Amino acid sequence: MSATATEPILQVRNLSTCFKTDLGVVTAVDDVSFDLHAGETLGIVGESGCGKTVTSKSIMRLLPSHLSFQKPESQVLFGGQNLCTASEEEMRRVRGDKIAMIFQEPMTSLNPVFKIGWQLDEALRYHTDLDRAGRRARAVEMLRLVEMPEPERRVDEYPHQLSGGMRQRVMIAMALCCEPDILIADEPTTALDVTIQAQILDLMNGLKEKLDTAIVLITHDLGVVAQVCDRVMVMYAGRVIESAGVHEVFHSPRHPYTQALLESIPKSGAREHGKRLPTIPGIVPSLTELPHGCRFQDRCAYKEERCVESEPALETSGGRSHRCHFPLGGER
Amino acid sequence: MSQAPVTDRAATDSALLEVRDLVMHFPVRGGVLNRVVAKVHALNGVSLDVRRGETLGIVGESGCGKSTLGKCLIRLLSPTSGSIRYGEEELVGLGHRDLMPHRKRMQMIFQDPYSSLNPRLTVREALREVAAFHQISPPFGLDAYVEELIQKVGLRVDAADKFPHEFSGGQRQRIGIARALACQPEFLVADEPVSALDVSIQAQVLNLLMDLKEEFGLTLVFVSHDLKVVEHFCDRVLVMYLGSVVEELDCRRLHEDARHPYTRALLGANPINDPADRRPLTVLEGDVPSPFDLPPGCAFAGRCPEVQERCRRERPSLEEKAGGGPVACWEVGPPSDPQGPRVAK
Repeated sequence: MSATATEPILQVRNLSTCFKTDLGVVTAVDDVSFDLHAGETLGIVGESGCGKTVTSKSIMRLLPSHLSFQKPESQVLFGGQNLCTASEEEMRRVRGDKIAMIFQEPMTSLNPVFKIGWQLDEALRYHTDLDRAGRRARAVEMLRLVEMPEPERRVDEYPHQLSGGMRQRVMIAMALCCEPDILIADEPTTALDVTIQAQILDLMNGLKEKLDTAIVLITHDLGVVAQVCDRVMVMYAGRVIESAGVHEVFHSPRHPYTQALLESIPKSGAREHGKRLPTIPGIVPSLTELPHGCRFQDRCAYKEERCVESEPALETSGGRSHRCHFPLGGER
Repeated sequence: MSQAPVTDRAATDSALLEVRDLVMHFPVRGGVLNRVVAKVHALNGVSLDVRRGETLGIVGESGCGKSTLGKCLIRLLSPTSGSIRYGEEELVGLGHRDLMPHRKRMQMIFQDPYSSLNPRLTVREALREVAAFHQISPPFGLDAYVEELIQKVGLRVDAADKFPHEFSGGQRQRIGIARALACQPEFLVADEPVSALDVSIQAQVLNLLMDLKEEFGLTLVFVSHDLKVVEHFCDRVLVMYLGSVVEELDCRRLHEDARHPYTRALLGANPINDPADRRPLTVLEGDVPSPFDLPPGCAFAGRCPEVQERCRRERPSLEEKAGGGPVACWEVGPPSDPQGPRVAK
């Protein structure tokens, strides 16, 4: 756990990202705000289409500019700079060096025609003034840091020669080779087996302790969140619907969606065996046809008239926030 | 955790499927003459019984042969050798034509419902095709039958005339299930049916499978990499590693009974959904050996924390051992410590 009293290294304020589609402008991320502190792991959870990946790509400004735009009030404050209005040149200095990203699919995010060493070298070439030998030594050192077996040999191999877990380790090594302040990991273990996932999570935890890196972990796996995150932000249909410390989210969720999500995971043990799982009825609303009022209303077990009339605002108290007219109280 | 007796609900029932020494090798061809240059050893002598009415889980990591086993069971693949007895019939060695009458009795649900549905057929056409091919003649006509099926899997009747691309992932999986049920099978193999779905949708589909199993008296083989889902959903589970079954367990006593080091590593690597219960995840060293060239001893020996000299020389077979289910390990003797890796607080 890191100190929360210090100044956050990343402040996201009212971030709204819109896409131009055939059906009109769609707001995929709607008014998202959060702080990130050094050495902290923030989990962003939610189902597909809730806006978690778009949030991370908006911070990195990796979305296609001819299809998407950010609303003018959006602010991503990092190092005294608003990344939403930074020039492409300034962004290039931030990306990879200060803020790095790990993508979900290591196979498609590595370039198949270049050796591992070349791909690690790319960021070092741009962001450091090391010479060729120095960069290669650094690349090998990074591979060793991510516990890649035989790094001296692997550095001269192509991505297809590596297993899925090793490719993901290369991705992490690439992201870390300039010692970024912030690491954004978008579903870093989703495509991997559990034993490999355990290795990668272990590795990320170790790096956080060694380098004091702040991590934004985007995932839909609540088990992973429970094991590695300090704070959790739950998103639904583009909105942050709950944000709190990991213990609070798991043990006393305020938003009915958070509660329902937690209940729908299969539980371990003979008592629960073979029972029907509590489910959330229906599906996530389409962003083009959002209901008036609360976005979760059609699936909510506690829906009342007020939920249809107006959308609840994000209420913050005691270090946690929720977006619900009738928040769940007390311990479960 | 309550101490449920280790009795199988279906133990007294007869076996629907008896599989013995199933071997599946995929030839790899190469060179100028396109000769067989290597073999992928996907299944190396798997024996199992599927009991009537049970849900049998098969877990393991990618490449362990669990999907291959699933496909062999319903003869989508022709095993290299071994035997699959389905009731009185031997399935291995049957040709395409001879298999036809059995196809009606066993069906498969695939992981990705989108790539397994024909994009040019509406749901109605797809389901009608199955029913018509297998000569199902429902009393009120095929259309009524198809509509009833669609409602059974929790979709609205107006879904019948839509195309697969008009549905969400969870809805498509429901269509995949309806398609599998359209020929009224008694045996289903579900290959990772919920892996591609979101948590809340996953629960819906699992509940649906549970209901349908009850209603139609199905026997289910559930192939998955997700031990949490299998533990909740299945009666028994087979843990596979590199083409062999290493342990068989009762899902109600998974954590207590797990004795094979690989099963325990799998359990230990699964993150628990409770931030108050944080512990270092079990991290295995080393990588899975190549399926082209199997090691002489135990396949897990290279990564096993309890490896002994004997493990590298001789391959253990799946044997019944006191205090748990059958397990393939030289080192397992007495029942495991009940305060095993995952139960301990």
